[in-house]
Amino acid sequence: MNKELTKYLSSGHSACAGCGFPAIVRAILGEAKDEVVVANATGCLEVTSTLYPYTAWKTPWIHNAFENAAATMSGVERAYAILKRKNKLPGGDKKIKFVAFGGDGGTYDIGLQSLSGALERGHNFLYVLYDNEGYMNTGNQRSSATPYGAATETTPAGRASFGKTEMRKNLMDIVNAHHIKYLAQANVAYMADLKKKAQKALAVEGPSFLSVFSPCTNNWKFPTSQYVAIAILATETNFWPLYEVENGKHKITLEPKNVKPLTDFLKTQGRFKHLFSEKNKPVIDRMQRIANEEFARLVSLTEKEI
Amino acid sequence: MTKDIKKLALTGGAAAAEALKQIEPEVMPIYPITPQTPIIETYAKFQADGEVDTEMIKVESEHSAMSAAIGASAAGARVVTATSSQGLALMHEVLYIASGTRLPILMLISARALGAPINIHGDHSDVMGCRDSGWLQIFCENAQEVYDKTIIGMKLAEKVNLPVMVIMDGFNTSHSVENLEILETEMVKHFMGERIAIAPLLDTANPVSYGPVALQNSYFEFKIDQEAAMLGATAEYEKIANEYEKISGRHYGCFESYQAEDAERIMVLTGSATGTAKVVVDKLRQRGEKVGLVKIELFRPFMHVELATILKNAKEIIVLDRAQSIGTNAPFHSEVINTLYEANEIKKVKSFIYGLGGRDIFQTQIEDVFMGKQKDKYIK
Ligand SMILES: Cc1ncc(C[n+]2csc(CCOP(=O)(O)OP(=O)(O)O)c2C)c(N)n1
Ligand code: SF4
Ligand SMILES: [Mg+2]
Repeated sequence: MNKELTKYLSSGHSACAGCGFPAIVRAILGEAKDEVVVANATGCLEVTSTLYPYTAWKTPWIHNAFENAAATMSGVERAYAILKRKNKLPGGDKKIKFVAFGGDGGTYDIGLQSLSGALERGHNFLYVLYDNEGYMNTGNQRSSATPYGAATETTPAGRASFGKTEMRKNLMDIVNAHHIKYLAQANVAYMADLKKKAQKALAVEGPSFLSVFSPCTNNWKFPTSQYVAIAILATETNFWPLYEVENGKHKITLEPKNVKPLTDFLKTQGRFKHLFSEKNKPVIDRMQRIANEEFARLVSLTEKEI
Repeated sequence: MTKDIKKLALTGGAAAAEALKQIEPEVMPIYPITPQTPIIETYAKFQADGEVDTEMIKVESEHSAMSAAIGASAAGARVVTATSSQGLALMHEVLYIASGTRLPILMLISARALGAPINIHGDHSDVMGCRDSGWLQIFCENAQEVYDKTIIGMKLAEKVNLPVMVIMDGFNTSHSVENLEILETEMVKHFMGERIAIAPLLDTANPVSYGPVALQNSYFEFKIDQEAAMLGATAEYEKIANEYEKISGRHYGCFESYQAEDAERIMVLTGSATGTAKVVVDKLRQRGEKVGLVKIELFRPFMHVELATILKNAKEIIVLDRAQSIGTNAPFHSEVINTLYEANEIKKVKSFIYGLGGRDIFQTQIEDVFMGKQKDKYIK
């Protein structure tokens, strides 16, 4: 594999072929100008990258537990601050950027408090959420990022169920409420956009946040060759809009010219298969409404700020 | 070095903070809980007055306090935190990660009851709940010991690459003012030296991965190694305590034996109640009763052979626990039975529980226990 690409995360990790996150990690860290230290929440990325005695990480990396990547990084980052101040950094003075990676479960759910605390305290780090919309490492259970209507192992479709009955929560709004300088929503299929956002996020002194769409071939149930195509559909249907909030200003960074119907996205994946029945037509209708309304709300936020 | 004596009147919490001021840890993630708060508040004031340079991270929970401590220790810094009760219970998950990752962290504990029902006062339920977590546990009897063992504990943690708890009784010790001697700051700094971190995370030229997945083929070995490190820590503790004795004149060990050499009845206990029990021992000795006591100082690791030697000549062992182990024998009681069984000694062992939720224990009650007048297992 290309040396530059694998500068931080090598090949030979055990993520599924066609998984979204290796490309996300590489794209983001590839934009780093300084040395990088990584913290990782428990989840697929962590498990597939450090099976002892092997590690795919070529940069310092720490995994602590599921819910505490941000708190762990708080400690690492403050240790850096004081050791730098006291001229005690191993290997001499240098600039280090701190990057935490967490899945949606480790970020929206169990790690939300730890993330909120670290953002509020203003630590100098970038937190990257790779969002595969469920607890994948434990075999596909719902999280609060799982979309309404999706079937998971804890929200299975059945005679009396159409899958998840709740809307995903808007984590970007929650993160934005911490008044951080830069946060953005990106998608693994839009590399140029993702890299640009990574550059901006890494340049911030203080906390910054990236929420990146990360298809899961295994549990969304689609062929391994399709993750980019499916990720593109997520944005082209306005299911996953690309935007940023810079110094409080919302901006849509890539607006689809011809918005496709949401079903174009839904029909590519096994987790939505049950929705294509007569009985579940209202569910699809509601999903489309949610996507429309959420996008309209986002547009109104950008307009308000002009 | 010569011994410079400075006497102060301090609470246990303030004594801990005084020792920390001299140690001047690099990172201190903190979260408030009674009766630990005097430690962190006193330290925060030192910081505010520019007397120390420490990164105090005012986290949003104890779980995050320990998580940040783990991150900072992996990074290579000298790290301290403090908690009590519910806070320690909330940390439970990450306590094991600190010890399993072999990270030196010093944690001061003002031991307190656990809910429910909620109670802010002293007992040992909180620290007993994590006695298998791989942390060294050192108990203190009074403020002097808190000061001394804070210094010993910090050095020990960094020497053995394991986390250490230094435990004082909530309120009885943490909030009671006592006279104590402190050392010159320079002397403490010299005693402590600098932390030499093994493979710190911030050594970007030599990247390491902390906290990997270890499966059936390696997990077991990690745990065997961890236990060996824990057992080996006793010798280091004794060595450091001896060095400390040279500069302070105060001796600490795994156990303190008080009038136990020729005693027929020996009481085993720890913490602030030991002071009261010593007074009772003296009184009973004057009346010709052959009684003595053993104070547990180093509870984890637990040195059974050493305890067996102290208990050897006694006919009756009386164990006082300030915690339950609901459904089986109380913690110290279990250890003492283990000690005697392993030493092939059959002795009468009586077990009592006292002081739950901050209930006082009085000299008369301890005397009744020694004299066989206390029938109920609970000294209420
Ligand atoms: C405290 C705790 N609860 C539960 C688990 C089990 N667990 C491990 S990974 C995981 C799911 C991770 O989901 P997510 O954060 O979305 O990452 P993904 O695996 O999807 O990449 C769960 C539930 C755990 N390790 N720790
Ligand atoms: S289960 Fe999904 S998220 Fe996990 S490695 Fe496989 S594709 Fe990636
Ligand atoms: Mg997930």
